[in-house]
Amino acid sequence: MTKFSDLTRLPDAQGHFGPYGGRFVSETLSFALEELEKAYMSLRDDADFQAEFDRDLAHYVGRPSPLYHAERWSQKIGGAQIWLKREDLNHTGAHKINNTIGQALLAKKSGKPRVIAETGAGQHGVATATVAARLGLKCEIYMGAEDVERQKLNVYRMRLLGAEVHPVESGSRTLKDAMNEALRDWVTNVDDTFYIIGTVAGPHPYPAMVRDFTAVIGREAREQSLAQIGRLPDALVACVGGGSNAIGLFYPFIEDEDVAMVGVEAGGDGVETGRHAAPLTANAPSGVLHGNRTYLMSDASGQVSDTHSISAGLDYPGVGPEHALWKDVGRVSYVAANDEAVLEAFRELTRIEGIMPALESAHALAHAKVMAAAMRPDQHIVINLSGRGDKDIHTVAKLDGLEF
Amino acid sequence: MTMNRIDQRFAALKAQSRRALIPYITAGDPAPQHTVGFMHACVDAGADVLELGVPFSDPMADGPVIQKACERALKQGTRMADVLDMVATFRDTDQTTPVVLMGYLNPIERMGYDTFAQRAREAGVDGVLMVDMPPEEGAEIAPLFAEHGLRSIFLLAPTTSPTRAATICAHGEGYLYYVSLKGVTGAASLDVEAVERQLAPIREMTDLPLCVGFGIRDGETAAAVGRVADGVIVGSALVSRIAENADHPEAIPAALKAVLGDMRDALDR
Repeated sequence: MTKFSDLTRLPDAQGHFGPYGGRFVSETLSFALEELEKAYMSLRDDADFQAEFDRDLAHYVGRPSPLYHAERWSQKIGGAQIWLKREDLNHTGAHKINNTIGQALLAKKSGKPRVIAETGAGQHGVATATVAARLGLKCEIYMGAEDVERQKLNVYRMRLLGAEVHPVESGSRTLKDAMNEALRDWVTNVDDTFYIIGTVAGPHPYPAMVRDFTAVIGREAREQSLAQIGRLPDALVACVGGGSNAIGLFYPFIEDEDVAMVGVEAGGDGVETGRHAAPLTANAPSGVLHGNRTYLMSDASGQVSDTHSISAGLDYPGVGPEHALWKDVGRVSYVAANDEAVLEAFRELTRIEGIMPALESAHALAHAKVMAAAMRPDQHIVINLSGRGDKDIHTVAKLDGLEF
Repeated sequence: MTMNRIDQRFAALKAQSRRALIPYITAGDPAPQHTVGFMHACVDAGADVLELGVPFSDPMADGPVIQKACERALKQGTRMADVLDMVATFRDTDQTTPVVLMGYLNPIERMGYDTFAQRAREAGVDGVLMVDMPPEEGAEIAPLFAEHGLRSIFLLAPTTSPTRAATICAHGEGYLYYVSLKGVTGAASLDVEAVERQLAPIREMTDLPLCVGFGIRDGETAAAVGRVADGVIVGSALVSRIAENADHPEAIPAALKAVLGDMRDALDR
């Protein structure tokens, strides 16, 4: 097995995480990615840039986000103590803003007046539209037509923020198709446009860059655990679609071998039914999509599969390449939570703790509940509560037979 | 490297001081049984090399015209194995026209690079152009293709830096595909003077034929580009004709010949 300390030195110069990652893009984008890599590498170690980033995280996003001990829920489960890393309390209501703040600063420093983004549930779109409004950048968002339908509230939020939202009608009309369309826009407008990718996927340097901007979650959680629990937690749990919130929490703990890590994918109707969005759990074969090699759900002839999840934000056939490597080397285990268990966890946290989680984050809750029940009360689990559930009220109400 | 059909064809064109006319069609569009006939029609109209698109669910570098062609072909069940069968059938009656498969990497990744290369060679494929495989990522893949006599064709773009251009020229085989504009396939018209300016330094780096694609719609643009390049590649203009006639495919060969015939005449004038 790879030494876990080696994992912190990735990706390599070509953007590879072992056999995964890379830069599989059409030639027109190669130069833009090289420039982005150069800009990012120089600013990453630039004290002024980091100070500006930290200042924005503190005063605009509202960091640090609390680490909250869900005592009542822990008691009810009757096992390990559950702690919630409250990314739902960030400005715009999810962890996505951490990354968009970082990339928008880069866009500004690169002199690009226009930003574009893809979005699934709309959280990344909202976060991008928000920072674009604040920095005075023109903003256009690509969103699958199906997601536009199921996330109307976020679509309107983006429009209020001054962004143009383009519903994408091609393919399966979800997140992957939105990303295709954003890439087509970028290849056309590459001179004046910065593409703010919302997850740890895409061509190098995006997976590493998004990870680094999001890792503030884990750095805080690590310090907070030491201060509040008195030691590191026994386990970390986070949901995984592309995998940005999970990487953000896990990465700063990667060398802490005693801390178990579990990524929870979207099980949909059940991995065994084929109607899911869980490439790691299902052991999907390696494939190439959106600029990187990773575990990818595709049919035997290499056509990318339609996915299914109750949460638009996890409805993606691939996963960030670093997660793919972490699975292979055994550093993180990946499991899936089905729609039904997710809804139950959504209702339970809302009723017992008065915290309404995003359906994406409820995947982590659903699995952590099972884990906690099998653990002792003196053990501790930190869950990334990556977003709040306001955007999902329509989806849940519909299941209850209500229409607003 | 032994000469393959691509090298032979460009050598012959050079000897005659002629420009290559390279049509692109998506295999299986509007239905698989028509594709081989369309390939022959293209050759009859003066095509020198055929680019045959392998349909893919997520054609990120393509505009709406070729996206829809992929959707039609996939709906009719066209997969990589079928595309290879089409090439094999085409070879029953045409052993000289080079065929290049163009598309995205994932269908090959799933088949396995070695298996694909072997089957492609058996079918009579001469070259492979994968839009999302730049030479850096192709470092381990291209040699597998070469073992089976397949040429790896790479793209150059207006945004390609001189350093990258040198790398691409060093890895390129068969011919180089210069993407005339920033955008997806089927986008706006190209600027011939800009193309000429950008091709000049590339000429200094390589003896490979330089072919230009994106934005070539008719005889006039083909002729203009033909004056500065070794070949012209035409895709969306043909695929649009296929789309217009999808309900009466018997009309498509004549429609393809009309577009290509004009281009051939203009190039040879």
